[in-house]
Amino acid sequence: MSDIEFHAVAKTADLDDGEAIQVIVGKKEIAIYNLEGTYYATDDICTHAYASLADGYIEGDSIECPLHGGCFDIKTGKALTPPVTEDLKVYEIKIDGEDILVGVPG
Amino acid sequence: MSDPGIVVIGAGQAGGWAARTLRDEGFEGGIVVIGEEPYPPYERPPLSKEVLLGKEPAESSYLWPEGSFGDLGIELRTGVEATSIERAEKTVVLSDGGTIAYDKLLIATGGRVRRLPIQGETLEGVHYLRGIDDSAAIRADLGEGAKLVVIGGGWIGLEVAAAARMLGADVVVVEALEQLCGRALTPDLATYLLDVHRGRGVDVRLGTTVEALTGESRVSGARLSGGETVPATAAVIGIGIVPNVELAEAAGLEVQNGIVVDALCRTSDPDIFAAGDVTNHPNGLLGRNIRLESWENAQNQGIAAAKAMLGGETPYCEIPWFWSDQYDVNIQLVGLPADIEETVTRGNRADGSFVEFYMKDGKIDGAAAIDNPRDIRFAKRLMQAEKTVDPAALADPSVKLQTLLRG
Repeated sequence: MSDIEFHAVAKTADLDDGEAIQVIVGKKEIAIYNLEGTYYATDDICTHAYASLADGYIEGDSIECPLHGGCFDIKTGKALTPPVTEDLKVYEIKIDGEDILVGVPG
Repeated sequence: MSDPGIVVIGAGQAGGWAARTLRDEGFEGGIVVIGEEPYPPYERPPLSKEVLLGKEPAESSYLWPEGSFGDLGIELRTGVEATSIERAEKTVVLSDGGTIAYDKLLIATGGRVRRLPIQGETLEGVHYLRGIDDSAAIRADLGEGAKLVVIGGGWIGLEVAAAARMLGADVVVVEALEQLCGRALTPDLATYLLDVHRGRGVDVRLGTTVEALTGESRVSGARLSGGETVPATAAVIGIGIVPNVELAEAAGLEVQNGIVVDALCRTSDPDIFAAGDVTNHPNGLLGRNIRLESWENAQNQGIAAAKAMLGGETPYCEIPWFWSDQYDVNIQLVGLPADIEETVTRGNRADGSFVEFYMKDGKIDGAAAIDNPRDIRFAKRLMQAEKTVDPAALADPSVKLQTLLRG
């Protein structure tokens, strides 16, 4: 889609494998993840309560919310375990040299 | 009449999640959920936090939007109480005179507030906090110029105190023991929390009791054990809950500090299960029986009970986890540490973000964190894996906890 704008939000060196960080694009909080060298992006705020998933716990392909322990699939945003029932939005990632770019609807 | 299906007594966190799980797991029979309160299943933690502060409406605490149960073919009967369980007939008798037959029954009756039978307890402006209506009533008394006396320096009392301060009230917290949260926190961490509250202007009185609440029709003061009377425009009593075991007891089920269940949430009657605050259940990881009053246990034991009712055989066994929010401070606890041999601190208390690990036999037996929820998740994983960990590594912030879990 042409209305997706890519924003450089972080450097690849900012995240080790199995880590996540929060970035802000416009007014949107987005979590960027590194899963074995591949980067993914989802909404950062849990769909259940106000918590930053970037502070959560990554296990395999899932992120566990630090507040109440709900899990989401990082690659698809799908809500996996209670109390979360609503999926996260996912965003496209591009890597340009050392830059991580995240695609957000303009 | 259709075939009896599954009846759930209690429409709280445990009962709500159980009913929902029955459907999620493919159960197609009838499900009836009976709740005393007029609301759909909701979670209680926000009632002493966001909802009390007025940041979120009460409806935000609903587990699912109103009407969700109807969409799932679950019959939710609110505003009605179960008055007896007739095990021989396999029926539940209701306060409205109705009777519901069950094939399997789940008791998720939770708890009710422990009352403090002192003079003045029933004065206007004296509150307990358990349900949505209580939260609204307390909030209504926290307007301009409010002077709140909180009786009980446990989680509920402290969360209410924090919310009241944030709303501008003068707050006195009266705690009978010499420390806050005496059942849950180490003295050291309790002191940290005491400083948080005193730093926000709460007048905390430890080792003190309220002998009477004074006033004509409305509370105007609290007479303390030292003889002093502090002025009050409202009071909140938060001294714990009592499990609602009476139905189970009257039905002849085994009850001992809660309804006794096994790891599959079964009571002493094979067709009757129980979940949530009301159960006394075994915990294989801790090696003892426990009764928990926690959000996580209500949810997850409710889910476990539903699966067991459908023939599942996975024992319910998790390391207990709790949290509290007071002001902008997030407190999380994992485990029920007993006989702590060594406390390892990671992070800097002065920064307001740290974790204490409570060690026993070279392993983590529990942990508590101030504004560091992430490390608590790792602590829980390390405990579940029963890893022996090096205290020096735990204390070293340059050592990532992931590596300890992998190692």
